[in-house]
Amino acid sequence: MFRNQYDSDVTVWSPQGRLHQVEYAMEAVNLGSATVGLKSKTHAVVIALKRATSELSAYQKKIISIDDHIGISISGLTADARILSRFMRNECLNYKYSFDTYIPLNRLISVLGNKMQLCTQRYDRRPFGVGLLVAGYDENGAHIYQTCPSANYYDCKAMSIGARSQSARTYLEKHLDELTSTSLEELIKHGLRALRDTLPPEVDLNTKNVSIGYVGKGENFKILDENETAPYLALIEGEERRGGGSGGAATEAQPADPLREDAGDEGPQDPVPAVAMDTTD
Amino acid sequence: MFDITAPAPPLWSNGPSPGAFYNFPSLQSAPSDFVTHSQAPVTTATSIVAVAYNNGVIIAGDLLGSYGSLARYRNCPRILKVNDNIILGAGGDYGDFQYIKDFVQEKIVSEECLDDGVKLKPKSLYCWLTRIMYQRRSKFDPFWNNLVVGGIQDGNVFLGTVDKLGTAYTDKIICTGYGAHIATPMLRDALDRNPNPSQAEARRLVEKSMEVLFYRDARSYSKYLIGVIDKDEGIKIEGPVEVPTNWEIANFK
Amino acid sequence: MSLLARPHYPDYSTAPVQHQFYPYADNGGSVVAIAGDDFVVIGADTRLSAGFSIYTRNQNKLFPLAKTTVLGCSGCWCDTLTLTRILKSRMQMYAQEHNKTMSTTACAQMLSTMLYYKRFFPYSISNVLVGLDNEATTLSGTAKRRFTKLGGSAGALLQPLLDNQIGQKNMEIVSKEPLSQEKALKILKDVFISAAERDIYTGDSVFINIITKDGIQEDKFELRKD
Repeated sequence: MFRNQYDSDVTVWSPQGRLHQVEYAMEAVNLGSATVGLKSKTHAVVIALKRATSELSAYQKKIISIDDHIGISISGLTADARILSRFMRNECLNYKYSFDTYIPLNRLISVLGNKMQLCTQRYDRRPFGVGLLVAGYDENGAHIYQTCPSANYYDCKAMSIGARSQSARTYLEKHLDELTSTSLEELIKHGLRALRDTLPPEVDLNTKNVSIGYVGKGENFKILDENETAPYLALIEGEERRGGGSGGAATEAQPADPLREDAGDEGPQDPVPAVAMDTTD
Repeated sequence: MFDITAPAPPLWSNGPSPGAFYNFPSLQSAPSDFVTHSQAPVTTATSIVAVAYNNGVIIAGDLLGSYGSLARYRNCPRILKVNDNIILGAGGDYGDFQYIKDFVQEKIVSEECLDDGVKLKPKSLYCWLTRIMYQRRSKFDPFWNNLVVGGIQDGNVFLGTVDKLGTAYTDKIICTGYGAHIATPMLRDALDRNPNPSQAEARRLVEKSMEVLFYRDARSYSKYLIGVIDKDEGIKIEGPVEVPTNWEIANFK
Repeated sequence: MSLLARPHYPDYSTAPVQHQFYPYADNGGSVVAIAGDDFVVIGADTRLSAGFSIYTRNQNKLFPLAKTTVLGCSGCWCDTLTLTRILKSRMQMYAQEHNKTMSTTACAQMLSTMLYYKRFFPYSISNVLVGLDNEATTLSGTAKRRFTKLGGSAGALLQPLLDNQIGQKNMEIVSKEPLSQEKALKILKDVFISAAERDIYTGDSVFINIITKDGIQEDKFELRKD
């Protein structure tokens, strides 16, 4: 059952100085469907790929609004994300109640980081199995933050997490310089192209499986509904797909995940993290 | 209401019998099994006078700390620079003000430690102090103060006040304590005539108010601090400034 | 009156002198609301006072809670500030939880439970909650549906006037015409002008919110300032 003798508990170190349980939790993020976050000077956008757990169910919600100026996109365990979003909403409300102004992004992320860190250091806890892309706008401008189950967080120019997200990151890296001074429409188009690169060739984006959220200067965080998403999808329709089948996916040594949020629960398809294998040699 | 069948109240009661020694009954000590809170201020400071002008705010408050009617301390500054865009003035209990000052400054320091470039703004401090004052009044343990917050909020002039209950409002003129009765009418009249005074004009108004208050308020003092926060010039707190007094008009010298 | 309770000669009293801290203030203010068939108008004077002092002449006492819901408050201002802050948070929590803004009736119910929660240390506020509900109008004074409502320092003074002019009480010839928005506004203004004549806690100016299905429209007019 155990992959090695040092991964039974979050509080147990491996001789290499690793916390295997934490690293496994990081893998949970890669099981979730991909999501992309990117920003310009005036706007922050998150775009997510939604999955339906079965033909009978609706598509799982991926983007959650936190406050007027903040929204998050999730990848990993949805149930854990709900706990984190409730915590973040609470922090926002408390700050607004006390100070009559919106909480600055970095302060919210830092209390969130502290909450998540606690779970990586106590024997009676487990790390949150979810990664977040936090999009927000505050007095320091637009922000995209990435948080991990390891309780690390990063202030990003653009980021993508989730299954096959490497292709999206490759796209974003290539277009990074264009993003800063671009319009909201262009920003969303870049996000959609990046997200499309994570898809296998036979699948494409549609209004059902794409969710778009954005926030900007003087604009509250807004999650677009299907009707509002359609025009943006139309803008990138028919463009040649750069990553998709060949380019992007090939750089990623990862099995093609089924397009489902609960993929990890099915049989023996846990991706085996390379790091966890080190000690078994 | 008046019961005519009842015997008339004695002319003299509850005191020494005429021609006899009176033993003062020992004062009964209050039961000590419940929490007691301060129900009245001890060392008090009097009015704060504040005026918002076209480019900033001027706040003045004298340096006296009174023990009731005794002018006990003559160097109690109560105009405070909170950060680069907030100035705070306080009247009422001086000890409570010192405590408030401590935790406000603590907040500023911890914010500076975050080093995220986000500075506390006057509206935020005003709201925060309102919450704190209201919480304390709800615990029946109020901070016995009137606080005046002035500052520059995103390029706009801000002036607001909170009292010991958590009653808070913003206005172009704010005077607390005795100043509310003496200085406010003068200042309102002046601002009706000249709704957008310059810094110099506003300063003259404040100085005049402090002078009148020194003549009329028995708990005031001739030395005071004057704090100015200006969009362009930043914050400066000047003083002690002396009220120019003229006692020639007094009849008995 | 017992002599023991209040001795004639306080110098000889044996009871310790106590100054009780009183946590409430009466900051005055009047709120008037009138509902028609497809609109509500609500007005509140802008004077904030305590005793014979006027704190400020320009205090808005109307709090928009949602697109077609407004709360008007008068009474203890520190309680009002606190209550409306908590209400705002609760509105946001509801919106996030249910993906829609709260209806006026739900607001009224929530307000009622929030006020009762403080039953033993009450908020000393007169609340008038108005709004639209299913395209019709609702007017709630502490969660009770009515068509005219008046709260605050001039409440008792003016309710009969509203009862007569809008409720058409004690009228010989009762008009069947539905109340128009113009007439409602005129009456509202008259009511405030009358209140300012007699009530020292009402004056300076009036903020008005006119609520129709298109949203909230703001208006203001001046009252006497003495």
